[in-house]
Amino acid sequence: MSRSSRRLVSFLAAATVVSTVAACGGGNNDDGGGGGGGENEASDIGVTEDSIKLGAHYPLTGVAAPGYSEIPTGVQAYFDWVNENGGVNGRQIEYIYRDDAYNPTNTTQVVNQLVLEDEVFAIVGGLGTPTHSAVLDFLNSEGVPDLFVSSGSLLWGEDPETNPYTFGWQTDYESEGKIIGEYIAEEFPDAKVGLFLQDDDFGEDGEAGIREYIDDQIVAAVRYTPGNTNVAPQISELQAAGADFVVGFNVPSYTALSQLTALQLGYQPEQWFYSNVGSDPALVGSLLARFSQGAVSDASLLDGALTTGYLPTVDQTDNPWIQQFQEIWEASGQEGELTNYRVYGMSQAYTTVQALQAAGQNPTRDGIVEAIETAGADWEGPVFAPYRYSADSHMGTSGMSIERIVGNGSEEVQPVRVTDIGNAKIEEFDGEPASPPQNGIPDEESAVD
Amino acid sequence: MSAPNTPVSAAGAATEEAPLTATAAANVPSTQATESGRSFLPASTLLRHLVTVLLAIVGSVILLEITDPFTNSQLAQLSYYAIAAGGLTVLTGLNGQISLGHGALMAVGAYTTALFLQADEPVALPLILLVSVLTATVVGALVGVAAARLHGPYLAGATLALAVGLPGLAIYFHDTLGGEQGLRVRAPQPPDLFKEFIGWVSGNSATGTKWLAYVGAICLILTYFLLANLVRSRIGRTWRAVRDQEVAAELAGINLGAWRVLAFTVSAAAAGLAGGVLALVIRLAAPSGFTLVLSLSLLTAIVLGGLGSLLGALLGSALLVFLPPFVTDLGADLGLDNTEAAQLAPFVYGVVLIVAMIFAPAGFVGTVRLRWLTYRAKQRAAAARSSSGG
Repeated sequence: MSRSSRRLVSFLAAATVVSTVAACGGGNNDDGGGGGGGENEASDIGVTEDSIKLGAHYPLTGVAAPGYSEIPTGVQAYFDWVNENGGVNGRQIEYIYRDDAYNPTNTTQVVNQLVLEDEVFAIVGGLGTPTHSAVLDFLNSEGVPDLFVSSGSLLWGEDPETNPYTFGWQTDYESEGKIIGEYIAEEFPDAKVGLFLQDDDFGEDGEAGIREYIDDQIVAAVRYTPGNTNVAPQISELQAAGADFVVGFNVPSYTALSQLTALQLGYQPEQWFYSNVGSDPALVGSLLARFSQGAVSDASLLDGALTTGYLPTVDQTDNPWIQQFQEIWEASGQEGELTNYRVYGMSQAYTTVQALQAAGQNPTRDGIVEAIETAGADWEGPVFAPYRYSADSHMGTSGMSIERIVGNGSEEVQPVRVTDIGNAKIEEFDGEPASPPQNGIPDEESAVD
Repeated sequence: MSAPNTPVSAAGAATEEAPLTATAAANVPSTQATESGRSFLPASTLLRHLVTVLLAIVGSVILLEITDPFTNSQLAQLSYYAIAAGGLTVLTGLNGQISLGHGALMAVGAYTTALFLQADEPVALPLILLVSVLTATVVGALVGVAAARLHGPYLAGATLALAVGLPGLAIYFHDTLGGEQGLRVRAPQPPDLFKEFIGWVSGNSATGTKWLAYVGAICLILTYFLLANLVRSRIGRTWRAVRDQEVAAELAGINLGAWRVLAFTVSAAAAGLAGGVLALVIRLAAPSGFTLVLSLSLLTAIVLGGLGSLLGALLGSALLVFLPPFVTDLGADLGLDNTEAAQLAPFVYGVVLIVAMIFAPAGFVGTVRLRWLTYRAKQRAAAARSSSGG
């Protein structure tokens, strides 16, 4: 054996060791099935030997920016944390998020930019029903994985044949409506229920779910158009119908508006119930203060209202997930406090890392879809109930708890129950709440090899 | 002697609301000036415009083939902004009417296109776009009849109501128009002929994005060709007469109202086509895409480019499409986080608008033209002086 070829052998050996170490860099990932002993390759668009690029669109400016613009900062904080700890299979996550101002015209433009110019591997957590609708066909026709859309519309998951690359994440509005309806039927069988609905899929799906259980209890259903800030006609219609239990499927600004309008009209139903989307007490409190020009200074109007939950909230300081996320948030060094929106972003990022791990050492766009379909239903994380991912359904988490708002936090009044769209039954969730893994980084096995 | 003159001059003064500098760009010859006598272009307006169209076609094919797919998609976006801005600049720059409602007219075109593409076997794309133009024209004519009676802020207010109100119809007729989340549009696939053409020209892959960029470019060139001819014709001169001196125009036998309605209708037709192209490019027709911001952006585009000039409308639209991503990327490169970088874009656009209003109130094309005229006048004066001196 000549000297040069011996040198070549030792060089190759060294290279193998280095790349194996890099592949297992997470420390945590040593026993992960993803390693497989091979080397990292640039296996698809947006994937290199040492990086993987993900993109997202959020409203960072404009009317929808308060609250929602905090989500990507949470995602960023979590990915930074994962990168600090060696990345996923030795790859650093590059995360690019762009502003669409909650305008579908802009969404098309920024997603074009993400896919065609930035060449991301996947879109993760794109926010909004009308906005994300605009890019649904584009992403699926280009074969770009469209993971964990930040909206509870049924569009993302009910028809995987048409949209094979798109996955939902949060509890869909119909399932939420069903769980709320069942709760009212059991706990408040005599209540006269009024529905306060956003006039789109959100309100429509929620109403459909509720009506499956308490169709005969509903005395009025009113709808508001987002953008029209006068909801007095709707609220007085509820008042005139004698509704003493109001369920709102609305966004946070309309929670504030409905509260202020009811106050003006002297309308005091015995119970308010706001769906998860519209009930963040911190945000609603600040909106109340702004809309009332200081006459109402915090979320005290919301005290005692009911809502639903599928994620731990920041007031639960003894929850291990919140403690973990708090640590991650502080480590990221970004401005501001940990908020429920940031917890949402981090939880989504957690699921994303699970998906990337399950897609194996050298992920491909089709591979990650297959990985979520085969393994996704078993993933545990901060989300209360399991996901429904399979080849036939791309719906996200299936269940919710019911909570009462107290101050800036909430206390549980009914444990997590799980269901599905259509006439699936509602059942008690018998699983244990998951606790965060060491370091807060998941360790899923490859599901595609 | 002076008494009879007073009302006339007062009436004249009332119409000087549209200062001549602001619409300086409107009087630019549509292509290279023939006045100098040294032009290589044919003297006939139509022939000159046809030559320009030919150059524009070659230019856009080259542009679309040497740029990357993302720039292609931006150019597709530019095309619908520019079509709508072209129509608006004819209305505002040439006829002196202001419209804050062009976003709503675009919505009419976009929803028409979206509805026709919902069919299982949609009719041919040119036909769909033509129907969109016709629908918007009808709506535009109706609005125009009302608008012709109004002036300045009243007209702005009335068209503003259109911009705010019309998208609400989509929510009211929830079942046919899809409500808040709108109608999703499945953009038609590129025909085989197009794929062969692209293969022959550059060998690039003929993607859906590229096809839409070409559809946009074709519509844009066609619209600008028609508008340029119109502007240079008797109709264009009449519009300018109505804009500059109402009383004089009326004395010359021009029916002010009828010509204003015509200007609004033509402008609405362009907006309808723009809406159709928008629906194809965005793949969605939803109320949130046609907010007041859209109408206002169109207005800022033509003001920045130069009121009344089609070239100005094109430049203004380009600014609208290319400036925000450029600023955002610049901000990100300078170390801002993504949120701050995103907030920088509307701020910079506002600053550009203010700076342009202070230093170039006639817009880009208007300012260049005024400078050029001043320069020519000085040269002529100098030439005259030297010839008389020598």
